[in-house]
Amino acid sequence: MNQANRTWQWISHTFLAVLSILCIIPFVLLFSASLSSEDSILQNGYSFLPKVFSFDAYEYLASSFSVIGRAYGITVIVTAVGTTVSLLMTAMLGYALSKKDMPGYRVYTFLVFFTLLFNGGLVPTYLVYTQLFDIKNTLWALLLPGLLMNGFNVLLARSFFINTIPVPVLESARIDGAGEYRLFFQMVLPLSLPIMATIGLFTGIMYWNDWNNGLIYITDPQLYSVQNLLNQIMQNIEALKSANSAYGSASANIKDLPGETARMAIAVIGILPIMIAYPFFQRYFVKGIAGGAVKG
Amino acid sequence: MQNKTFKRYKTYLPIMVMMLPGMIYLLINNYLPMAGLVIAFKSIDYSKGVFGGDWNGFTNFKFLFRTTDAYIITRNTLLYNATFIVLGTILSFGVALLLNEVKNRFMSRFYQTVILLPFLISMVIVSYLVFGFLGEGQGYVNNTLLPMLGLDPISWYMEPKYWPYILVLVNLWKTIGFNCIIYLAAIIGIDQEYYEAATLDGASKWQQIRTITLPLIAPIIVIMTLLAVGKIFYSDFGLFYQVPLNSGILYDTTNVIDTYVFRGLLQSNNIGMSAAAGFYQSLVGFSLVILTNYTVRKFSKDNALF
Repeated sequence: MNQANRTWQWISHTFLAVLSILCIIPFVLLFSASLSSEDSILQNGYSFLPKVFSFDAYEYLASSFSVIGRAYGITVIVTAVGTTVSLLMTAMLGYALSKKDMPGYRVYTFLVFFTLLFNGGLVPTYLVYTQLFDIKNTLWALLLPGLLMNGFNVLLARSFFINTIPVPVLESARIDGAGEYRLFFQMVLPLSLPIMATIGLFTGIMYWNDWNNGLIYITDPQLYSVQNLLNQIMQNIEALKSANSAYGSASANIKDLPGETARMAIAVIGILPIMIAYPFFQRYFVKGIAGGAVKG
Repeated sequence: MQNKTFKRYKTYLPIMVMMLPGMIYLLINNYLPMAGLVIAFKSIDYSKGVFGGDWNGFTNFKFLFRTTDAYIITRNTLLYNATFIVLGTILSFGVALLLNEVKNRFMSRFYQTVILLPFLISMVIVSYLVFGFLGEGQGYVNNTLLPMLGLDPISWYMEPKYWPYILVLVNLWKTIGFNCIIYLAAIIGIDQEYYEAATLDGASKWQQIRTITLPLIAPIIVIMTLLAVGKIFYSDFGLFYQVPLNSGILYDTTNVIDTYVFRGLLQSNNIGMSAAAGFYQSLVGFSLVILTNYTVRKFSKDNALF
């Protein structure tokens, strides 16, 4: 390797290392805060290494397991059900749209495609879901609006079906007497594992991370997902703090709420599962992005 | 003839049944709300049913555009997005170039994994991370960084003037990884022979980037930029709502169309104006998508949406 090349390597590594540190360091701050004692945080603020080490925050969370466990349960259920149903609906619609001889093929394809270009926005969507379907404060609210299926994934699945499922194989199976449903579930789906895995991964992450639907449609704390709980805790502490400073009263209530450290500990618990799983799905994640599986 | 049509329908009946759940979902989730856009031209009266209010023409729009809000949210949406597009493209492309230089495969994968991390987490978590730095009482910046520089603490969540910088920074932090992976995939796709030939001719790395990589990647940069321009009227709701903690004092620099519509609908009960702003966004947004797609087509038919 010549001198110029070595310089380039050196520049690249330095720059990327700095960037990597910038990407990680906020998480370190969060993690360290959750492992500090409340007093040290109140005195010295957050720091990258706990000044006084303590598990108090996590003990507090364990003691309020009913709230956090419940939110976790809801997130897990919604993610699992949402992703499964989403995959099934996306695959079925995508498969149907890969049949160019189907009557009405062009109309259906256009109807799916048009949803990528135009949408009604929040106000009409909210009114449709709350007034016509009455999903406010039900689990449906976390599952249905916006997330369950999108035209982009349908078209992605469709082009996969068109390009990789060999028509002769389907034909011969059909001649052997296999019905359309059997064909789909026993031949097409297994052959489409790569695209299904990619779409499933991104849908799953979307459900896991979603706070938007909860913010809009859920006011009942019993139905909070982890993200909504986090959202609520951040807002409550802010509201309480400003109320306290406005009335100048000593904070009696604030002791009942998770303190600075417990708040960070909940956030840690919120990202931990995804962080732990990340190294395992990282390759598919990168591949999916590079292949255009996600809309930016 | 009729028999033939019937037969065709019969063969495709199972397929059409499979299509049904997805199509019904699109009807509810996408097409009903599109039709519901007419609400912007009505006065909202829940007692008459959602869409049963009386027509009031452009009244909602008149109210909306009479306020300074309409100007502020349009300005903020456009300026933030333009900044994100320009800085985001330059930085992600730059990082992709550097990543391409890293020949050690383990390190390359490591860097990719780490810079994608911010993209993986929700905006609620991001708001916690930002709060860890900027929180007034305990934040790292006020407690450690500013005292180190001998400066006074700043009430970040009360001072609108800092937020354009903060939001741009947070957005870049969260999205660079994603865009950089797309550019990297394109760069890796370039035929290595170009570089080998250039090296034989004694071209430096910098010359290779300027004369091989850049021209070959330019179409992708143009297309990505155009697609982003098509979405310039839409903003990342989470970034502008969660990260400033919905602080009212900051609205001047943090309010965008999406947050305005949300607050009008769910917090200040100003549904008429909210619906008008939403309609305005849908309409202009749609026109921009059509316009940019037309432009993309001129560059490359393959990359156009239609």
